[in-house]
Amino acid sequence: MGTGTYLDLLLSGLVVTLKTSLLAWIIALISGCVIGVMRTLPSRTASWIGFGYVEFFRNMPLLVQLFLWFFVLPELLPKSAGLWLKQLPNAPFWTAAIGIGFFMSARVAVQLQAGISSLPRGQKQAATALGLTTMQTYRYVLLPMAFRIILPPLTSEFLNTIKNTAVAITIGLVELTGEARSMQEFSFQVFEAFTAATVLYLIVNFIVATAMRFLERYVAIPGYIAGK
Amino acid sequence: MIGNFDFDVIRRALPYLFFEGMRFTLTLTALAAFGGLVFGTLIALMRLSGYRLLGRVAGIYVDFMRSLPLVLVIFWFYFLVPYIGQWLTGASRPITVGAFASSLITFIMFEAAYFSEIMRAGIQSISRGQPAAANALGLTYSQTMRYVVLPQAFRNMLPVLLTQTIVLFQDTSLVYVLSITDFLGAASKVAQRDGRLVEMYLFAAVVYFVICSAASFLVRRLQARIAIVR
Amino acid sequence: MIEINHVNKWYGPSFQALKDCTTSVAKGEVVVVCGPSGSGKSTLIKCVNALEPIQGGDITLDGVKVNDPRTDLPKLRSRVGMVFQHFELFPHLRIVENLCLAQEKVLGRRHDDAVAKGMKLLDRVGLKDHAKKFPAELSGGQQQRVAIARALAMDPIAMLFDEPTSALDPEMISEVLDVMVDLAREGMTMMVVTHEMGFANKVADRVIFMDRGEIVEDAKKTDFFGQPRSDRAQKFLSKILQH
Repeated sequence: MGTGTYLDLLLSGLVVTLKTSLLAWIIALISGCVIGVMRTLPSRTASWIGFGYVEFFRNMPLLVQLFLWFFVLPELLPKSAGLWLKQLPNAPFWTAAIGIGFFMSARVAVQLQAGISSLPRGQKQAATALGLTTMQTYRYVLLPMAFRIILPPLTSEFLNTIKNTAVAITIGLVELTGEARSMQEFSFQVFEAFTAATVLYLIVNFIVATAMRFLERYVAIPGYIAGK
Repeated sequence: MIGNFDFDVIRRALPYLFFEGMRFTLTLTALAAFGGLVFGTLIALMRLSGYRLLGRVAGIYVDFMRSLPLVLVIFWFYFLVPYIGQWLTGASRPITVGAFASSLITFIMFEAAYFSEIMRAGIQSISRGQPAAANALGLTYSQTMRYVVLPQAFRNMLPVLLTQTIVLFQDTSLVYVLSITDFLGAASKVAQRDGRLVEMYLFAAVVYFVICSAASFLVRRLQARIAIVR
Repeated sequence: MIEINHVNKWYGPSFQALKDCTTSVAKGEVVVVCGPSGSGKSTLIKCVNALEPIQGGDITLDGVKVNDPRTDLPKLRSRVGMVFQHFELFPHLRIVENLCLAQEKVLGRRHDDAVAKGMKLLDRVGLKDHAKKFPAELSGGQQQRVAIARALAMDPIAMLFDEPTSALDPEMISEVLDVMVDLAREGMTMMVVTHEMGFANKVADRVIFMDRGEIVEDAKKTDFFGQPRSDRAQKFLSKILQH
């Protein structure tokens, strides 16, 4: 095999990495947002549900969670549903995206909760006093500010999502690390394969970090200094 | 499936799971946390030393480590450590390194990057007025660090360091990719051998969950106590 | 307009923030609430539009019972304007957008109408030129005037002021008070928590003095400044009028 083919393999691994992490990130953002908001509501029940959710997904290794989704869940479902899951084409991809998505959602929730709590209490009161409902208060006043504040930590959580897709090689997802690993087994060109994979990860990191810095600058509010 | 859940499989595997698997996991976690703390402190001091080159080297190391998936780093070190050993000892061929030593080195080097960032943030979280006030009282640089900055910084970062150690404890499960018998590896081996995936993986999940929940509960209590003192 | 009857409020099981408070504000009346810090005056005013729940007694606003679970609170609140100590403009919205948000989302006004209304009020508080700026680009006094305009944009039947000048630098206090004096002279119903006794002297009809969660004194302005009946009010007055 020539070097061109190696690179093709690695690049196809990179595509799998990116696809998986994007889908996982969407899941993480949506459910993390719901849970993060729940934890800041005055309702005891809501904040307890949020707390339980976060503890559940944070206190087990990602690898174990992937095994639960991949090996255990199909067995616990009714037979036909379990069979359908097992025969799903591309099962490692869907499992990885969902598993990593929920794992990361707990982290997103924690960040968002911290962001909302860091806003002055008067903001919520001012919105309420104007007659906005709780939903409207979150939608128009609290969340736009909270997301701006937590943009930097969210960037690193997104980078973590990308890195965490490598864990899915344990359930047979052939992403970037997996491709490098399989080349080691077949070709003995370990050093080259790992180096190339490493460089690709560094490039992805650089692009994401740069893009997020642009986004931060784009949504920055004139005159506003964070933490003031 | 729930109906024929086989508790006996778990009961029979208990000694193996805990005396082999969990012992490996805990030893690896403890040693890696200790080593990571030592190297992490070194790196943090390099970054804060004020020597440009030293700071730059440390910074590149930290950014590099934090850009890579742990799984890839585990593969890298598993592959590289024998050669590094050869180079260090001047042996004629790559030396053989056990799975434990290899993964310990990996985790120390990897965690050092994360620990150093926590410590750097902890030291920088002390307001500039504090060292200024200490200097104004006539304390030297090292006295300022020893009596004013570090005690406060350590208090700020202790809960974060402990939380990172819980993350490390969870991350050690990734030595699975080297087929090492840590706690999860042991559970997985029994699962494959007896064809009891559901029981073994659920049990492993519960054990991890209980340990991590208890640990993070303690960290939260510690954090609350520190907050009151402050 | 505002009726407060035997209101009790606790924070947690042991701390009573309001003790059997009874008073009222008639239509077109200006009532100033003063008292030492921690006396419960801010808590009282926040109970009027149910930002803080009460555990005993009744509050009615224009005939609507505030502490009735069936009351449509958002609708009720939209009819009462409130101005906060720390302005609480929404930092991510331009000044004019701050004035439009609740007009559109709560009252359902069309965007163009909301903007027109907002610009008229900005002109009134002398800040028309700043409409496109963000809150953080304005001084404290300017921000507080915008906050008053934001409340007025809802066509409120009454206005609540919670220490509107306490967070301001001294040189900015008068620009805010001037707006409030104009408002009072136009006949707006106002309940104002403040230490600005000059303002009270100028436009208040009544002054309420609170201490430790109780309404200690509730008197006509002339009576209050002439001869406060209670020792505590006398001491308080002498302390703040010393300067």
